[in-house]
Amino acid sequence: MTAVTDPMSIPAARPQRKTPKGTFDLIFRNASFASALFVLILLAGIMLSMIIGGWPAFKAFGLGFITGSQWDTQADVYGAWPAIAGTLTTAFIALLIGVPLSLGIAVYLTQLAPPWFKQPVSTAIELLAAVPSIIYGMWGLFVFVPLFAAYVQVPLSNIVEGMPIVGTILYSRSPSGLGILTAGIILAFMIIPFIASIVRDMLDQIPSVLRESAYGIGATTWEVVRHVLVPQAGVSIIGAIMLGLGRALGETMAVTFVVGNANRLSGSIMDPGSTIASRIANEFNEALGLQMNALIGLGCILFFVTFVVLVIARILVARVKTF
Amino acid sequence: MSLTTPSTVRELPPTTWGRVRQSRRVADKSMRIITASFTVIAISVLFWILGMLIVKGIGGLSVATFTQITPGPGSEGGGLANAIAGSVILTFLGIVVATPIGVLAGTYLAEYGKGSKLADLIRFINDILLSAPSILIGLFVYVILVEPLGGYSGWAGGVALGIIAIPVIVRTTEDMLRLVPGPLREAGAALGAPPSVVITSITWKAAKAGMVTGILLALARIAGETAPLIFTALNNNFWFSADLMGGVSNLPVTIYMFASAPYENWQQLAWAGSLIITMSILLLSIIARRIVRGSK
Repeated sequence: MTAVTDPMSIPAARPQRKTPKGTFDLIFRNASFASALFVLILLAGIMLSMIIGGWPAFKAFGLGFITGSQWDTQADVYGAWPAIAGTLTTAFIALLIGVPLSLGIAVYLTQLAPPWFKQPVSTAIELLAAVPSIIYGMWGLFVFVPLFAAYVQVPLSNIVEGMPIVGTILYSRSPSGLGILTAGIILAFMIIPFIASIVRDMLDQIPSVLRESAYGIGATTWEVVRHVLVPQAGVSIIGAIMLGLGRALGETMAVTFVVGNANRLSGSIMDPGSTIASRIANEFNEALGLQMNALIGLGCILFFVTFVVLVIARILVARVKTF
Repeated sequence: MSLTTPSTVRELPPTTWGRVRQSRRVADKSMRIITASFTVIAISVLFWILGMLIVKGIGGLSVATFTQITPGPGSEGGGLANAIAGSVILTFLGIVVATPIGVLAGTYLAEYGKGSKLADLIRFINDILLSAPSILIGLFVYVILVEPLGGYSGWAGGVALGIIAIPVIVRTTEDMLRLVPGPLREAGAALGAPPSVVITSITWKAAKAGMVTGILLALARIAGETAPLIFTALNNNFWFSADLMGGVSNLPVTIYMFASAPYENWQQLAWAGSLIITMSILLLSIIARRIVRGSK
């Protein structure tokens, strides 16, 4: 009688079953926790290595490292401004061209495309994102640049020559096809698939009741997009655009091929220039001493600019799939 | 037609009424045409790039491309054998570095860290790393590995590619594990299995297809990366030394160096290399997409 109700007999059997699996459990748990922490350490490591590597350059030139426009390896004087300006200008041009195109594509894919057409077109646009950036660079250099020089730069320069403002911005002194605008156009095509697929996912997530009620009161498809979908997805669309901006700011190979890699500042977007990433890619393997520190310092500036942009973007879009 | 007009509009004079409807229809029609043509433009660029790669690259593909090593400046012929082998090794090294870390970190986020502040932070930082410029990863590995070890090396290249692959794998692993229904885990736990056994033999198994997809996507992502390799593995024109301690020849950097060189056979090889690399990556991405769609 007492043996059946006696709780003491049960705990005696338990520990024997638990212990052998318990160690593996602990190891597995800790290994996965350590791996997750590793992601944090990576980001901190990148940040620290950029600051430490670039420190001598920041110390030598102070704020002049950012505002200076002289980049002279002979005199060992380095100013980042032409590269910073080039980065911002190319990224701005990329957004100017890429954003309307991406939004149009997203609207077409979610609202207008016939169902059988939607899947292959979506895949094609996503494949555009999988093409490596060096291929965009080669395509740009060997296919796009000659066409751009012959059919855009030369005729445009003839038209705008001597005009105020426009004559400065759009006139090309040597119409080689290479330059800030070319880099911006190539970048636009590289960011389109990203922005388009994020916005498409956002538009797909909007409950169809909203759309149906708008159609119900007689709105046209365009009015539904304009007055229902865009206000609904507005914040995440801005986030998607900023994700594209983050990409455009840091893109290296494609830009290095077509930007022209000039160290001086020009008022014209048709002239060759450079970006932070293209400058680093170009000079890194020949750089020594302070020049190396200056290049890592450029990397440091790029890190903080893209970091801020990406943090804001990620907060706005929360979680969407981008691989 | 009268159904599509709100009742208040009926008080307008009939002429204005028609014009309002007309302008709305024109706006709608033109937006349809504009968005469709934007889509056509984007797809045309894809086919333009692919077409150009095929036209210019196919002439450079021959047996020699796969059997001979890259030629020196000015010498005739040559192939990409060492660059292809080096690329395969570096990419493989990157995936080997990234897979255990990525899968375990993704598992932590999906299984152990649910709801914890730290897991939220790690998830957020992982998303940032996912879109961080790859050139910065290259610089980072240069500072921590290349400079202290005194030279460019295959190991550094592999590590750089691995770091780029990690966030992709973390992200897909977590997403795929989240799709596994809770009752499966509960059933395992009810049988008395500890969490690690439930995860490895139930959750991972259920999410296997998705996790493989993540690894394939990571592979596709790093196979074409050039910028981080310029600072780490660099390149050479010879067969690699087996210990990977020196520079390792690889396709992307070879393409970068050969594309703008003045030698015709170099340019031809750059095109052939571009064709090989792009087709491999597109194939990988398409396979990855297939697996995802098949498992859903």
